Amino acid sequence: MAKQYETVIGLEVHVELATKTKIFCGCSTEFGGAPNTHTCPVCTGMPGSLPVLNKQVVEYAAAVGLATNCTITQYCKFDRKNYFYPDNPQNYQISQLYLPICRDGHVDIKLEDGTTKAIRIHEIHMEEDAGKLVHDDWEDVSFVDFNRSGVPLIEIVSEPDMRSAKEVIAYLEKLRLIIQYLGASDCKLQEGSMRADVNLSVREVGATDFGTRTETKNLNSFSAIARAIEAERDRQIDLIESGQKVIQETRRWDDNKAYSYAMRSKEDAQDYRYFPDPDLVPLHISDEWLETIKSRQPEFKSEKMERYAKEFGIPEYDIEMITDSKRLADLFEETAALCNQPKKVANWIIGEIMRILKDKSLEPEDICFDASNLAKLIALVDSGTINGNVAKDVFVKIFEENIDPEQYVKENGLGQISDEGELRATVEKVIADNPQSVADYRGGKDKALGFLVGQTMKAMKGKANPGLVNKILKELL
Amino acid sequence: MANIIDDATIDYVGILAKLELTSDEKEQAKKDMASMLDYIDKLGELDTTGIEPMSHVFPVENVMREDIVTNGDGSRQTLANAPERNDDAFIVPKTVD
Amino acid sequence: MGLLDMTAVELAKAIKEGKTTAVEAMEAVIAQIERTESEYNCYVTFDKEAALNEAKEAQKKIEAGTLNGLLAGVPVAIKDNMCTEGVLTTCSSKILENFIPQFSSEAVIRLKEAGAVIIGKTNMDEFAMGSTTETSAFGVTKNPRNPQHVPGGSSGGSAAAVAANEAFCALGSDTGGSIRQPASYCGVVGMKPTYGTVSRYGLIAYGSSLDQIGPLTKDVADCAAIMEVIAAHDPKDSTSIKREDTNFTAALVNDVKGIKIGIPKDYFGEGLDLEVKEAVLKAAEVLKEKGAIVEEFDLSLVEYAIPAYYTIAAAEASSNLERFDGVKYGYRAKDCEGLHNMYKKTRSEGFGAEVKRRIMLGSFVLSSGYYDAYYLKALRVKAMIKKAFDAAFAKYDVILAPVAPTTAPKLGASLSDPIKMYLGDIYTISVNLAGLPGISVPCGNDSKGLPIGVQMIGNSFSEKTLIQTAYTYEQARMEV
Repeated sequence: MAKQYETVIGLEVHVELATKTKIFCGCSTEFGGAPNTHTCPVCTGMPGSLPVLNKQVVEYAAAVGLATNCTITQYCKFDRKNYFYPDNPQNYQISQLYLPICRDGHVDIKLEDGTTKAIRIHEIHMEEDAGKLVHDDWEDVSFVDFNRSGVPLIEIVSEPDMRSAKEVIAYLEKLRLIIQYLGASDCKLQEGSMRADVNLSVREVGATDFGTRTETKNLNSFSAIARAIEAERDRQIDLIESGQKVIQETRRWDDNKAYSYAMRSKEDAQDYRYFPDPDLVPLHISDEWLETIKSRQPEFKSEKMERYAKEFGIPEYDIEMITDSKRLADLFEETAALCNQPKKVANWIIGEIMRILKDKSLEPEDICFDASNLAKLIALVDSGTINGNVAKDVFVKIFEENIDPEQYVKENGLGQISDEGELRATVEKVIADNPQSVADYRGGKDKALGFLVGQTMKAMKGKANPGLVNKILKELL
Repeated sequence: MANIIDDATIDYVGILAKLELTSDEKEQAKKDMASMLDYIDKLGELDTTGIEPMSHVFPVENVMREDIVTNGDGSRQTLANAPERNDDAFIVPKTVD
Repeated sequence: MGLLDMTAVELAKAIKEGKTTAVEAMEAVIAQIERTESEYNCYVTFDKEAALNEAKEAQKKIEAGTLNGLLAGVPVAIKDNMCTEGVLTTCSSKILENFIPQFSSEAVIRLKEAGAVIIGKTNMDEFAMGSTTETSAFGVTKNPRNPQHVPGGSSGGSAAAVAANEAFCALGSDTGGSIRQPASYCGVVGMKPTYGTVSRYGLIAYGSSLDQIGPLTKDVADCAAIMEVIAAHDPKDSTSIKREDTNFTAALVNDVKGIKIGIPKDYFGEGLDLEVKEAVLKAAEVLKEKGAIVEEFDLSLVEYAIPAYYTIAAAEASSNLERFDGVKYGYRAKDCEGLHNMYKKTRSEGFGAEVKRRIMLGSFVLSSGYYDAYYLKALRVKAMIKKAFDAAFAKYDVILAPVAPTTAPKLGASLSDPIKMYLGDIYTISVNLAGLPGISVPCGNDSKGLPIGVQMIGNSFSEKTLIQTAYTYEQARMEV
């Protein structure tokens, strides 16, 4: 009988913090500048430059630690991690090894069978991001851009507590939700503001010792993570089954080829010679400061769910879906406050908004219309100014272009027609044009009425007030 | 001489420090490093049990800046001394093996 | 009195009173440089036209009343490890042979704000690693008191420039004695301030936890004036310290009555040249006559300072110098095969032997398996040394000691044996480990006519006491 294997997975998750400036200098962290425009002597390793810590980085890192049940290291330090690479301008990265800011935390994930499992967090440390290398297609050269160099990161290191890709993704989704609720990062995998390196080993079921692990990098989506985990698990099992050994190494995943390759180099000693950075002084997070950070922690999902149930009286399913994203919850609360119609706002979010996000493969964070426009749209439907079908079309415009629905409806003449005289004339014409349906209806076929309503709506380009059309039809028939 | 530095150690340090030594330099480096380490071994005579390693002599803590953008476009200055560059970036030998 | 015989403070006063001008002062310095520079080689970079133009600009502002700082119009020299915007800054290394910084170091900015005019950049041991200025990639500097001898180092160019009247005063940097020792060898005054007193922003780092910028001057009054100008809290340097007591010229008081001076016996034992010993103890006598209380005491741990220092300095240097890789600035080797070959060739060709020696040692002591035994051990010993000084300063205001075991050695006599060279730093190095201020003041000459310096070491932040003691001693010497 074939041996049964268990997969053991731990994650190193890098999250780019949502600060305005870099971790050690006053350069902007904004995306999309021309190469090397967001740089200064500090983040390009100019001789004589010195780092000064951004306070907001500490507050975000501590907030994430608190939200993941970590102990905050109230006396912590920065260390230098020494290695040569062109995206690393000083050839050392300022990071934390000996005294990371957070330790010994956990987050709970929900498993498929409905039970919860705690994934332990070994530590969270602060560090600086590297620059970007772009490889030339024709010549054997690369181009170095330091715009991202010095952007603040936290690295969240889990214990090897996960056993499947599903657990990994549940853990990542949980982390992302917490961090987004904190506003500490937008956590976009595709754009690299959240990156996960997978440490994976396999062992026979029942074994107590861990197998040799590998680290897989360059995973840019949840699906890539799932594929890479499957592939690495299979690769390691194949090695073991064929009597070979798994080598402890770092591997790079190529999602197009669905294959990873070892990043080994004889010039790469993996001996980082960490030591405390003499250019930075220790960080002391006093009880008072820690209390201040604690007092600013936002309402998280579970608290929000309780409040929504009490305050808004909307179904639990809706609450679950909406609070699964900080962006959607914010949108919900803001819109509901404006129009005082929580159920209708929830319907829009769960219906149209989620449909559009799915169709366009977007994240809730990509939503950029104003809540006021959705509130106005709901009011337009409530007042009978537009009907439901028109509202859906108008909403697409709101989603895509953030238009003001009142103005848009007016300018495009989309207002619902409730003028009885005008409606009556159209209905009379529809009755005259469709004698068969009229006969069917009078013969007892109720369905024929629906057809006649549809014909009337069509004749009026969808703008007729459906309730009035029904009423008039029944009268005339 | 208590410390013996072999070729492998010198080669390893060369990889860490990105230095390539000629064979003459290597022989000299082995001798120098061994004698310096012998000298440093003198520290072993001191009992340092219970003494915290001192990185900073003064107890200065929490030197931080506010999260406010103070720097503008620094690309001209950043690239001013580049040994090899194009319009907006440094050029290095290709980094993928 | 000729212009060149004036001190910086005297010159500033004469310019302020209109008796001379910044331009005349610079012309005098240039004339002196043209006479003696070919022999001494104090400067790596000296641009006559630029210096003269700067002096002219300064004079205009002085006349317009917009420039009236403590050093208005005074020509000064800057050690070549301090960044100067638009002016070549090499650290006397091939690897920075073409590096033109885009900003100036904070200390240079403060000097300029006080009206000083930059003459040029002075020669040094490569990346400040050395005690003789012989490891420079741009030739050795010779001691103006006797050109057969070294000027000391690593701030040898700055010390020699002041001694040779090629500058009225200069900035140096001191990581293990690099201001005090060349000051002693060249017969000028040099001060290493308390760590954190002068911003390190723009100083190209050697050992970040030990480096401090300080003045090299003709006398103690100039030293106090420059200290007053450059000492300031800088938010760009996280290790910079906020101090209120930086009006150092107020400490130029001719009085040491009641000041307690300790003489560490362990600094006067084996290895100390007899003539140096005699001159230093004589200085103690002079201070005693002026009313100071002088006592001998045991400092302890002296022989452990050098191994601790070289471990820490080499470790920090190995990391600080990683940025010199041929990518962003400076030298890049030609004809490289791939990235790592480019790194290795660039650094092997760009750095000199002493720098490579310390980088390799530093990389080794930080490497896996050795960190605790070497690096952490050294940091623990550093803590013990600091404690020994704390105990001494509980009893004494000033520790009086030699600067170096001998006077300036002959050119070429030091580099062959690194350990022997490192031993020369024995009296200066622990001051850096403990972050203390120290000053070197001339106290005589040996039988060969080479200058001897006496070192006064103070408790943290007690530069004023040092300046007062040094000033009183200097005045007493002049009276004799």
